[in-house]
Amino acid sequence: MSAELFSLFYQFADVFAFLILSAAGLAIVFGMMGVINMAHGEFIMCGAYVTVGLVNLGVPLAVAQILAAVTAGLIGVLVEFLVVRRFYKRPLDSLLATWGLSLIVTQSMLLIVGSAVRGIGTPEGSFVIGGYTFSTYRLVLFGCAVAVLAGLYIIFMKTRFGVIARATMQNAAMARALGARTGRIYAISFGIGTGLAGLCGALYAPTMTLIPTMGATFVVESFVTVVIGGANVLLGTAPAAVFLAMIRMALNASYGQIIGQIGMLVAVILIIRVLPEGLSSVLVRRGR
Amino acid sequence: MNSGRKLGMVLLGAMLGTATAISVAQAAEPPLKVGLLEDVSGDLAFMGMPKLHGSQLAVEEINKSGGILGRQIELIHLDPQGDNARYQEFGRRLLNRDKVDVLIGGITSASREALRPIVDRTTTPYFYTNQYEGGVCDASMISMGAVPEQQFSTLIPWMVEKFGKKVYVIAADYNFGQISAEWNRKIMKDLGGEVVGEEFIPLGVSQFAQTIQNIQKAKPDWLLTINVGAAQDSFFEQAAAANLNLPMGSSIKVMLGFEHKRFKPPALNNMHATANWFEEIDTPEANEFKKRWHAKFPDELYINDMGYNAYNALYMYKALVEKAKSIKLEDMRKVIATGDACIDAPEGKVCIDPKSQHTSHRMRLISVGPKHEVKVEKDYGTIQPYWLGEIGCDLTKKNDKDQYTPSHLPKKS
Repeated sequence: MSAELFSLFYQFADVFAFLILSAAGLAIVFGMMGVINMAHGEFIMCGAYVTVGLVNLGVPLAVAQILAAVTAGLIGVLVEFLVVRRFYKRPLDSLLATWGLSLIVTQSMLLIVGSAVRGIGTPEGSFVIGGYTFSTYRLVLFGCAVAVLAGLYIIFMKTRFGVIARATMQNAAMARALGARTGRIYAISFGIGTGLAGLCGALYAPTMTLIPTMGATFVVESFVTVVIGGANVLLGTAPAAVFLAMIRMALNASYGQIIGQIGMLVAVILIIRVLPEGLSSVLVRRGR
Repeated sequence: MNSGRKLGMVLLGAMLGTATAISVAQAAEPPLKVGLLEDVSGDLAFMGMPKLHGSQLAVEEINKSGGILGRQIELIHLDPQGDNARYQEFGRRLLNRDKVDVLIGGITSASREALRPIVDRTTTPYFYTNQYEGGVCDASMISMGAVPEQQFSTLIPWMVEKFGKKVYVIAADYNFGQISAEWNRKIMKDLGGEVVGEEFIPLGVSQFAQTIQNIQKAKPDWLLTINVGAAQDSFFEQAAAANLNLPMGSSIKVMLGFEHKRFKPPALNNMHATANWFEEIDTPEANEFKKRWHAKFPDELYINDMGYNAYNALYMYKALVEKAKSIKLEDMRKVIATGDACIDAPEGKVCIDPKSQHTSHRMRLISVGPKHEVKVEKDYGTIQPYWLGEIGCDLTKKNDKDQYTPSHLPKKS
């Protein structure tokens, strides 16, 4: 019985980690900043490729993963400076610009590194509970997801940068009038967002096939989570991931992957119908 | 001065004359147009790239040796990027606008079924170069790949004998996965085996923790893995990380997606597969072929089965046209009807079966070891694609244009 319970928790943790890690970066870039970043998946792909490249050069996996996240973050800052900066007041145009960017990046990767890259294997081994074997690395992923949430909370709620960033996102003109360097705040926030996307790719790289279009696997889940979560990253994304993970885990376990996927999307439609502003709108109102 | 100018005029005239002569010769013998639809970008690019390369290699060789009936081949390749709507659009463009003499290509069974109605409205022959779930009885289509009576009828009895009677199936959720699973049910039933679980997975799913638990709950003796595409291939790495440790059998792994080259050992350990081609096949003919391929494409990670079949398709087309002395499908089909449509492929002699227009193949069963070393376990010799003919498909008499499965057989007339 305890094995069954642990199995349920493990499945939940697995889906939860996937949703949080794929959505965390987008929660900042789309949820807070309002940039519809269609290239989110490509930043994830970037994190995965950098990780595998570094590991093949002999860098330890954990170090490679951190460097990959940093790389994606720096590229994000550059992209913000070159492209995204021009589209803050034109969200629909940001969709087109970042979509174009994603097409260019995917095809360039295909031309530069080829259609298939050799994987690096999952570390950490496995453990046994009551007749089931589990991959330890999946629990590491869950731990990372929780750490990312905690990190975001600290950055945006407990630091001076967080206060100014939230002020900038709420009312850029007022923040600028009070002396905040809004341009820099936007660039850093975008960089944190893409860095988290890179981290997601870096963390999942050892468990997946690397192809230039691999980012697409994460994009639906990440947008769904952020849209359900609503504008408030901290109060929205985490509850949304918990909610979607419960639905998906229950349906996956009883009816298989197809029903799990359909069920999750149906739940999303229902929620948006009832709560157009997302889960965080309710939680924020309750909080007041 | 004057003589110099005269000489110049003569030279110029001679050059013009030669140019005209060459263009007249070309006008008399226009090249044969081969339309090729292969994914070299998108999710299946890693499998489609070798298909393009195989076609290019064959075209280069045939053109160097004088072409087909003295005509050179012009390859027109379009990249449908794994999108079935684009397959249809590009198929129409090649058939109607470019007026190609033959159409080759398509990766998934979904893309083939998207193309088939479009080809059927023309008189252009279509070569499908993949192994697949079998059953297409269509006079416009010539199938170069292996089918269930060549793959599942060899693999499944071997797995049952070696590992046991309980199988769990993970399959991609589209026509290939569904029909292949049906074949597995039928063969397992004939063998007195049991299918303890079947899971159909939507394309694009990359996370398998739940599937791995389900498999452990069902306690099978072995797994049939007919999951498709890069995302679903992540199953192997995740199953290895969870120490699932079950023998696996497949009709598409190793020889198509070269998972043993892409994943770090031992993710593909204990995988078994049957096919007409693996790059590891070590015969003089195969080695000679591999040498030519790698000379032209030194970066190729693996010469996969569909790339190999794509190469053969052009030689089969050449053989059919030369025997029929015509590029018309009806004349080529007269050659097929004699049962003498054969080529000497790197695997050995392969022939097109007149009733089904599918190809006979020399089938081998391989196993993958813990270091991803590949061993040929069994050589079945040449197996005919007999199933369609046995159930009543006879393209020499009538054109069904239908796809049959064990549960959808032709009506007895």
